[in-house]
Amino acid sequence: MISHLIPRVLSKLLIPLIMLFALYVQFHGDYGPGGGFQAGVIFGSGIILYALLFGLDEAKEVFRPRVLEILVALGVVLYGGVGVAAIFAGGNFLAYSALAHEPTHGQHLGILLVELGVGTTVAAVMATIFFQFAGRGRTDD
Amino acid sequence: MEGLWALISDDLPALQIAVPLLAATLCVLIRRPTAAWAVAMVVAWSSFANAGVLLHRVLTTGTISYVEGGWPVPWGIELRIDLLNALVLLVVTGICAIVLLAAPRSIDAEIPRDKQYLFYAVYLLCMTGLAGMTVTGDAFNIFVFLEISSLSSYALVSQGRTPRALTAAIQYLVMGTIGGTFILLGIGMLYMVTGTLNIVDLANQLALVGPNRTVMVAAACIAMGVGIKLAVFPLHIWLPNAYTYAPAIVTAFIAATSTKVAYYVLVRFAFSIFRINQTFDGAHSSAIAMMLGIAAMFAGSLVAIYQDDVKRMLAYSSVAQIGYMILGLSFANEYGLTGGLVHLFNHAIMKCGLFLVLACVLLRMGSTRLSAFAGLGRRMPLTFAAFVLGGLSLVGVPLTVGFVSKWYLVLGALEAGLWPVAVLILLSSILALVYIWRVVEVGYFKAPPEGADAITEAPFSMLLPTWILIGSTLVFGVWTSLSVGVASAAARMLIGGGS
Repeated sequence: MISHLIPRVLSKLLIPLIMLFALYVQFHGDYGPGGGFQAGVIFGSGIILYALLFGLDEAKEVFRPRVLEILVALGVVLYGGVGVAAIFAGGNFLAYSALAHEPTHGQHLGILLVELGVGTTVAAVMATIFFQFAGRGRTDD
Repeated sequence: MEGLWALISDDLPALQIAVPLLAATLCVLIRRPTAAWAVAMVVAWSSFANAGVLLHRVLTTGTISYVEGGWPVPWGIELRIDLLNALVLLVVTGICAIVLLAAPRSIDAEIPRDKQYLFYAVYLLCMTGLAGMTVTGDAFNIFVFLEISSLSSYALVSQGRTPRALTAAIQYLVMGTIGGTFILLGIGMLYMVTGTLNIVDLANQLALVGPNRTVMVAAACIAMGVGIKLAVFPLHIWLPNAYTYAPAIVTAFIAATSTKVAYYVLVRFAFSIFRINQTFDGAHSSAIAMMLGIAAMFAGSLVAIYQDDVKRMLAYSSVAQIGYMILGLSFANEYGLTGGLVHLFNHAIMKCGLFLVLACVLLRMGSTRLSAFAGLGRRMPLTFAAFVLGGLSLVGVPLTVGFVSKWYLVLGALEAGLWPVAVLILLSSILALVYIWRVVEVGYFKAPPEGADAITEAPFSMLLPTWILIGSTLVFGVWTSLSVGVASAAARMLIGGGS
C-alpha cells in the first residue's frame, strides 16, 4: 500500500480542526448561519477523511459501527423527545416556549437540543453510509 | 392517569406521528427481535386506538386542528383531521396493527434473526410516514411524510428472499422518486402562485387566483406524481414486482396502506385544494381519469388471469381495484366519491386478508405458485376457506364488502348518467371471478402431487389476523354504517367544497 505520508500528516493536523469547526457550526447555528445538519455533515466528513487515509479498519476501531447505529437512533430520540417533553410541559408538540419558565429560555433550550439531535444523527448516518459502501464485498461484518 | 390524559388528550394528532417515530428508534436501540416486535405491537395498537378516538372526536365535535410548536396557521405546520382523513387513518393504523400479529412467524422464515429488529424499526417508520401524510394539513408536509413512507417501503421490499427483491426495490425506488419529484414540483408551483403551503389557505388563495396556467401545470404534476405512487394504470409498472418479491408480510402491509394513502392524497388535492368539480374544467380531467380507471379495471384483471404466481395475480388485481377507486373519483359526484372512498376502506381489508393467506401458504408450502395450491382446500382448510371468502369479496358477491363498494360505484355511474360505465363495472367483476376461480379450482378439485409432504394448518398467530380481516369483510359487507356512513359524509363535504 502506498504510504500517503503527506496527506496523512496533514489530515492528522486538520481532522481535529474539522471536528472543532463542526461543533462551532453546531452551537453557533442558533445565532448565525449553520445548524445541526451542516455540522453533522462536517463532522461526518471528518470521520470519512480519517477512514480514507488510515483505512476502514482503523476508522471502525475509533467509530464502532454499533456505536454509530445507537447514535443514529439517539439523535432522533433527542429531537422527538424535546417535542414530547413540550407536551408534558403543557404546550403543543415541539412548542419550545413551554420548556422553561421564561419562554425565551425555553426556546433557546429547545432549538439547542433539537439541533444537537439533528447533528448527531446526520454525522452518524454519514459515517454509517460510508462504512457500508466501503465495506461492501468484505466478510468481516 | 387522569392528569396524564388531561395533558395529552389535546395532543393526540401529534402523538399519532411522534410515537411510532420514537418507537422506531427504540427498536434500533434494543436490538432484540422479540422485544422490538413487542414495542411495535404496543405502538401500533395504541395508534389504532388513537385513530379511533380521533374519528370519534371528529364525528362528535367536527374537524380537529392542531398547530405544531404553537405556530399559528397558516405560518406553522397544521395537523388537520376531518372526516376524510380520520377514516383513512383508522384503516391505515388498523392494518398496521393487525398485520403485526402475523409478523413474527412469517418473517422468521424470510428475514435473518439478527436483522429483524431493523425490520420492525423500518415498519414503524413506514407507519409514521403514512400516518403523517394522512393527518397533516400542510402540502409540503405531505411530501416530507411521503418520502419517509416511500424510503422505508423500498427498504421493506428489498428484504425479500430472492435477489429479484432487490431489483424490484430499485425499480420501485426509481419510479417512486420520479413520482415524489413531480409532487414536489407541483407543490412548488402552487407555493409560487399563492405563497402558502397550508391546505385550507391554499384552497382559499387558489379560489381567488383562478385556474391560470401555472396552477394547471401544478395540478398536472401532482396528478402525475400521485398517479405513480398510487399505481394508476399505466403508471403501475413498479407494483407487480414490488408486491411479488417483497416478504409476504410486507406485501400485506404495503398493499393495504401505501396505495390507499396515495388515493387519499389525490382526493385531497383534487377536491380540497383544486376543487375540480367547481373551478376547473372538471369534465376534462374527469374524462381522463375515467378512461384510465376503466383501462385499469380491464387490463389489471385480464393480466391477473394469466399469472402463474398467485401473489403476482393478486398484485395485478390490485391494479384493477385501484382502477375502481379512480373511476369513483372521476364521477365527481357524491355517490361516485363515496364508492371510491368505501372501496379504499374495503379493498384495504380484503387485499390485506388475501395477502395474509398467501403468507400462510408461503410459510407452509414454500411457494405461492398456482401448483402449490393443489389440494390445499383439504390440506389447509381454514387458510383456503379464508382465501375463498376474500376472493368472493374481490368479485363483489352480495353480503361481502366488495358488493357494497361496487353498489355505490354503479350508483355513481348512474347518477352521472353513464350507464355504459355501470355495465363495464359489472363486466370487469366477471374477470375477477375468473382469476379467483382458477385458484379455487386448483385448491378444491385438484389432488396434491403424489408423495407430497404432509403439511399442517398455518399457525394460530397467522390464522388469527387473517380471519380478523376476512371476518371484517363479511361484517362490513352487512353493517355499513361505519364505512359507508363516514365515507358518504366525507364525500358530501368534499363535493360541497368544504375542507
